[in-house]
This record gives sequence, structure tokens and C-alpha cells, in this order.
Amino acid sequence: MSTADTSPRKLPGSLNANRQLDRWLRINRDGTVSVFPGKVEIGQGILTALSQIVAEELDVAMGRIRLSPTDTSYSPDEGMTSGSQSITDGGAALRYAAAEARDLLMQRAAAQLGVSLEQLSVTDGTVTARSGGSVSYWDIVTDDLLAREATGDVPPKPAAQHSVIGAAVPRRDIPAKVGGVPSYVHDLDLPGMLHGRVARPPSYGAKLGALDEADVRAMPGVVALVRDGSFVGVVAEREDQAIRALQRIKRIARWEEQANLPESTDPRFLLKETSEDEVISEKRDEAAAGRAAKTLEAEYTRPYTAHATIGPSCAMASFDKGRYTIWTHSQGVYPLRHDLSKVLAVKPDQITVIHCDGAGCYGHNGADDAALDAALLARAAPGRPVRVQWMREDEFTWEPYGPAMVVRLKAALDANGNIVDWAEELWSNSHSTRPGAQKGVNLIAAWHLAQPHEPSPPRNPPLPGGGSHRNAIPIYEFPNQRVTNHLIKRMPLRVSALRALGATANIFAIESFMDELAAAAGADPVEFRLRHLKDPRARAVIETVAAKAGWKKGEKGDGSRGRGIGFARYKNGACYVAVIVEVEIGNEIGVKRAWAAIDAGLVINPDGLINQTEGGLIQSVSWALKEAVQFDRERVLTQTWDDYPILTFEEIPQIEVTVINQPDLPPLGAGEGAQGPTVSAVANAVFNAIGARLRDLPFTRDRVVAALT
Amino acid sequence: MAITLTVNGKKHEVAADPETPLLYVLRNDLKLKGARYGCGLGQCGACTVIIDGKAVQSCDVPASAATGKAITTIEGIARNGKLHPLQEAFISEQAAQCGYCATGIIMAAKALLDANPKATEGEIRTALKGNLCRCGTHQRILHAIQRAAKELRQ
Repeated sequence: MSTADTSPRKLPGSLNANRQLDRWLRINRDGTVSVFPGKVEIGQGILTALSQIVAEELDVAMGRIRLSPTDTSYSPDEGMTSGSQSITDGGAALRYAAAEARDLLMQRAAAQLGVSLEQLSVTDGTVTARSGGSVSYWDIVTDDLLAREATGDVPPKPAAQHSVIGAAVPRRDIPAKVGGVPSYVHDLDLPGMLHGRVARPPSYGAKLGALDEADVRAMPGVVALVRDGSFVGVVAEREDQAIRALQRIKRIARWEEQANLPESTDPRFLLKETSEDEVISEKRDEAAAGRAAKTLEAEYTRPYTAHATIGPSCAMASFDKGRYTIWTHSQGVYPLRHDLSKVLAVKPDQITVIHCDGAGCYGHNGADDAALDAALLARAAPGRPVRVQWMREDEFTWEPYGPAMVVRLKAALDANGNIVDWAEELWSNSHSTRPGAQKGVNLIAAWHLAQPHEPSPPRNPPLPGGGSHRNAIPIYEFPNQRVTNHLIKRMPLRVSALRALGATANIFAIESFMDELAAAAGADPVEFRLRHLKDPRARAVIETVAAKAGWKKGEKGDGSRGRGIGFARYKNGACYVAVIVEVEIGNEIGVKRAWAAIDAGLVINPDGLINQTEGGLIQSVSWALKEAVQFDRERVLTQTWDDYPILTFEEIPQIEVTVINQPDLPPLGAGEGAQGPTVSAVANAVFNAIGARLRDLPFTRDRVVAALT
Repeated sequence: MAITLTVNGKKHEVAADPETPLLYVLRNDLKLKGARYGCGLGQCGACTVIIDGKAVQSCDVPASAATGKAITTIEGIARNGKLHPLQEAFISEQAAQCGYCATGIIMAAKALLDANPKATEGEIRTALKGNLCRCGTHQRILHAIQRAAKELRQ
């Protein structure tokens, strides 16, 4: 017998790895439907979208859906909530599971009513036979109904029958969140709860020397001081007492520091690092290359960029009779548990990790680290839950930044202004050092213990999605191209996944360079892009955004105002986004207006999609104009919002998002599609306005002045 | 030491060090979790409450400085079990992504509209310059506040 015959068949999305139907859904006799998603809410509205999918496929009202928090004691293991994959992974699983559950219910209803399946219709869980007679899901369900493996054989509804999918259903969680109701892990308040703080080293490699522990222990309210190697934390009865003890530790602890950060914040230090080099795309057409008439070269950079969540990371942990319970806003409860079990030296099943909402994270921030902090401190106060709230400077100095990057481009135009050759090289660290790897532990405290764990080796997610090389391969059609990825293993600053990973810098470079080439060819930037694109969906978003913005062929800025375009298909396989922005340049660059067009295939919730796209656009304008992590040879200097300004209410553009719905096509990940196109549209608009080409992010006043002179 | 605070019209005696930032007293002693910790430095606005009619960042005020004053938190702006028009407008406009900054922004907006019911979009933007939103929900938030302002004027 061949192995192919014995391996289970492939099921859609996350259903493949979690095959029991009742792992996902339960139909309850009280008229409700319990749903167990493995993906988590991070402000993107995913739980509302998943509820819509279940309500649609089961034919029940949205109000009947009860979502259970993601919890390692019962939830399906869906790994990380990241990479704009929740609809394609978790959504697909629930779509097929709910369709199959409905089918099982219908068969049972048909048997009870003594009619054939074709005679039945369903409204909000009530199954009615054409000849009269009805039963409800809630009457006929039994526990064994969904206690079976999914077959994946029941097709979900065709788009023409959708009434809940595609509707702008309001988010389930917003009323509580604007009502001031406790909603976040930060708000948990358990009986007997204590407050913990960790005194992080002043710099990455710092070793803890002298610390007068008795002095700290004698402070009011202090219940425990935990010192283990260079990890030091305090537990107190009151939060203000924990903060005072933290401040005291920071004053009296002696640290031995090292000067091992890059010599400058300019990302070009990467060019001198040892790298692993790989040609990731190559096409040759000698005849076309021979037509080269004009060659252009340019180099683009992005600095280390912070997630800069508004709510610093937080976690609660309790340790009781050898078991841990952890409440966390981690994006992956199972991968986190995997790493926690190594550090706490207990089996994974002795740890329960429960997800609670957090503030927006935009990728891998301090959430997982705070969970280990809480567990280590809870161990010193058995039986009492310990809440650890990171301070603002903890988040800014210890979060894993979006890596610095350098992208070099070289291209040749023929006499007609067509690109005939394209060469691209990029330098970057990995964009993924999340917990959950086989080797090592990716949690800060684990590195500082007396018996430290090594960090896991960085992973660069493979193409086509890619990590540092995400969107490095242009989707334009060029007869010759060569794209080389230089992956740098040494990570002087802690880095990991920031929304869109390498796509931001790669698209910024490609789309800026397309504008430079268009200018060199004397072509309109919109027309020039279309000239090199065959994919009709790619063309459609560009044409749509140009029409919405009233783009005029060859339009020129007036010396202070101007407009520019940026486009990409995220991950070269997810949503298509084109953005036009209008800038006004006075003392600083201001982005006044923005238009976006997005094609994300089948849209589950158009308002959610628009909200994500507006948000991605504004965040990217902030990256483009303002953001860079500051450091010297020893320390990260970015500690407060004064050191890391972001876009404010006074500076946000007026935005118009147009959705191109494709109800008959599969849904495409859409949470991170606007980033690269927006950043490049800003650069291109500045060029259009004042003729200055900005190739280094962020576009500060100094850089505008430098580019003009 | 005991501090007496008047929060949402009710008097509370709290056993806390007088220097304790008001935010921690609200959240931990009074269990009012709607004002949120963001920076502890008065830079982000997530902890905004209203004290004697003014929007104040509660992380940056010692609790003792608020004695004898009228403190209003997000939990105190609903009337007769009905959400405040600002809260309703945030729901109508779906003006949240993660929502962590939303309560502070609503309180800053309430202080503005109480003092200036006809605030223009420019005045709203200026009033919110100390409130950071990282998800990029600003445009919806501005629409929500303008919607509520209209509602409140009627």
C-alpha cells in the first residue's frame, strides 16, 4: 500500500489539522451555536467576520452565535493569527464545517419529518417541509451529531445565495469597547490579584551585577522579589507599589553593558554584514536585453520601525499546585504554550493559555514576553494571580522591531520606454522570530535567566508569501529580471514580524523606481504601470483608483502640492491594492487626501475591509513621514512617544476606499495590503509636487531639504 | 492614608498613597476599567477622564490633586441606561479597530462638545491632538464625533 492511500485527504484551511467538526462548532439545545475559533481578535474584526460565515452557512441569525475565547484547553490549534490569513485559514475551516453541520441537521430533519431533503428549507434554524411540518435545529440536535471527522464533501453556499456574507454587519465587540466595559486582558481583575513589574536590563546584553534585594523587599506592599540571573521582577499588593519598587530597582541595580549596536541608524550598515544570498527570481531574454537604451539605478532604505501599540503588553498568570493558567493577548496561544513549557520546565498540558483581547499589535510585539514575565512572577506567589503590565518604555525598548532594510534596483529602458531588464537586491534580517520554534525559546525573560535559553534561530517564511523577500519579485512583466535576497542572520536589534513584513520596503522600492523609470521614459506613472501589467485584476485596481481620484494623464504638481500612485498585490497572491495620495509640502510633508482601491476576492464584511484599509493607509503614512527607532552603540533611545512621534488627528488625510467585490472568487487576505502602496504613493507624490526623490524612510524635513539641494 | 474622591457623582474613600496617579485608583480601587494605561506620561490620552469639565490625562495626576473635584469617567456618561450620543455615534460609524484608545477619545470629545457644541472639524482635530490612535481609525472617529455633535445640538 502506498503512503498516499493511507494519508488523510486534505481538508480546507485549518480544518485539515483540526478535523473533528465539534472542535469548531456546537449546536446547543438552548437555541445557540457555540463557535470555537483558533484565530484571535486583534482589532481587525475577525470574530465578526467568522460569525458571519457560520451564520450564513448554517442559516441561523447572527445573534445566536456564541464565540468562545481561544483557549488551549479546547480550541483548535490554528498557530498564529498573522499574515492576513485568518479568513483563508480559519474562515475556510468554519465555512466547510458549518456547511457540513447544516447538511447533517437537514438529514436528521428530513428523517424526522419523513420527507426528502429537497422538500426542506431553513430559516434561522427552523427547518420547514414544503408539505407542512417543521422542526428546529435545537430540537433535533444531539451531542453525537458533530462528534465526527469532517469530510469536506459538503460545498459551501454559492455567492448568489449569500445574505450575511458580504453584508456590513456591525462588529460584535465595539459596543463594550466604547462603553468602557472591561474588554482587554489589561482589565482582568481576579480575586486576590497581585501586581508585577519586571526591571528589564538597560540594554540588550546587559548583565545584572549588584542589587540590594533587602532594600526592595522592605518597600511598602512588596510581596516578592524574583531575581534569576539578569531577570529581576517584583510583585506587590498594589499596582502603584509595584511601580515604586520597579523605579527603586532601576535606580539601585548595577548593570554591566556592552556597546554592540550598529554604528548608525542608517540601514546601510546591513551592506557590510555577512549574508546568506539567494537568487529568488530569474528570467533571461537576450534579444530584449540587447534593446536597452537607458539604464537607471537607485537605492532605498527603511529604518527599524516599532509596532508602537497604544496599550503596552500585559498578561496575568496564576500558579497553583504545579499548574499554570495564563491570560494573554498573544497572537498564538499554542506556540506560546510550547515556549512557556520549555522555560517553566513543565509539560504543555500543565499550562492553560487563554486569549483575551489586547490593544492593536500590528504583528509580534511584547504580548508573548509579558506572558512569561507573569508566569515567572506568579511562581513566587503560588495561589494568587499576578498581573504584569509593561511600562511604556518596556514596550518601546524591548519589542521586536520591523527590521531595517536596504533595496537596490537597476533597470534598463528600451527606446520606446519599455522596461527590458530589471535587477534587484535586498538586504534584511529575518522578519519572524515568534515563539513556537522547535529549537530555542523566543521570549525575552528566558534569555536573561541564570540558566538561559538560546533564542530560536530566525525563520524567513518561504516564498511565495515570503518574509524579508515578501513582494520582492515584481508582478510587472519584464523580459529580463534577477532578484537577489541577502538574508542577514546577525540581529543587533531584536526584530520580528511587523505588519506586511518585508513587503513595505520592497514595494516602496519597486513602486518608487517604477515612477523614476516612468519619468525617465517621459511616461505617465499610471499608464507606465499598466503598460507592464497583464493581470486584469491588477489593472482594474489601478484604473479604478485613478478614476476615483480623477487622475489626469501626465498631471504635474505645482511646487507645493502633488499626487502620486503606488500599487501591489500583497504577497503576490493576496489582495490587490492601489493608492493615490495628495501631498502638500510646507515646513513638513502633509498628506491631505488619499484614494484606495482594493480587490480582496469575495468580501465577507465590506465595512471591516474598508476599516482595515483606511487604518493600514493611515499607519503607513505615519511610517512614511515620521517613524524610525533611535539608538546609540549601547542602548535603544526610543522610550516614549516624544522619541517616536506618530501621525496625529491634526495630520490625517481624508480617505476614500473603493472595494471591488468578486463574490465568485475565493476571499484573499486583506489586512496588510495598503502598506507598501501607501508608502510609495507618498514618495511619488512628493516627487510630483516638488521634484525631490525621497529614497530613505522616513521622509523628514531634513531629507526633503537634502533631496532638493 | 485615605483620599476622598467624587467619581461619577458618588463619593469614595480610598486607602491609597496620595501620590498614586488617579488612573490606578480608578482602575484598581474603584474597578472602573474604562480609562486605560497607555504611557503613564500624559502623552497618549488613553487614560483621559473629565475633571471639573476639563479633559485630563489621569495617569499624570496624583489622586490627591483630584480631591474635592468632580471626576467623570467613561462609565459615568451613559444616562438612564442609554449610552451617551458619542458612544452611540462610535457604534454607528464603527469607529474602532482595537478600541483601546476609544474611551479616552470619547472623554476628550465630550469635554470639547460640552464647552463648544458647535466645534468644527478643525477644532475637533485640535482637541484630539493629545490622543493617539495606532490602528488608524481617525477618519471614522472624526465622523462619529461630528455625528454626535449634531445629535447633541438637536
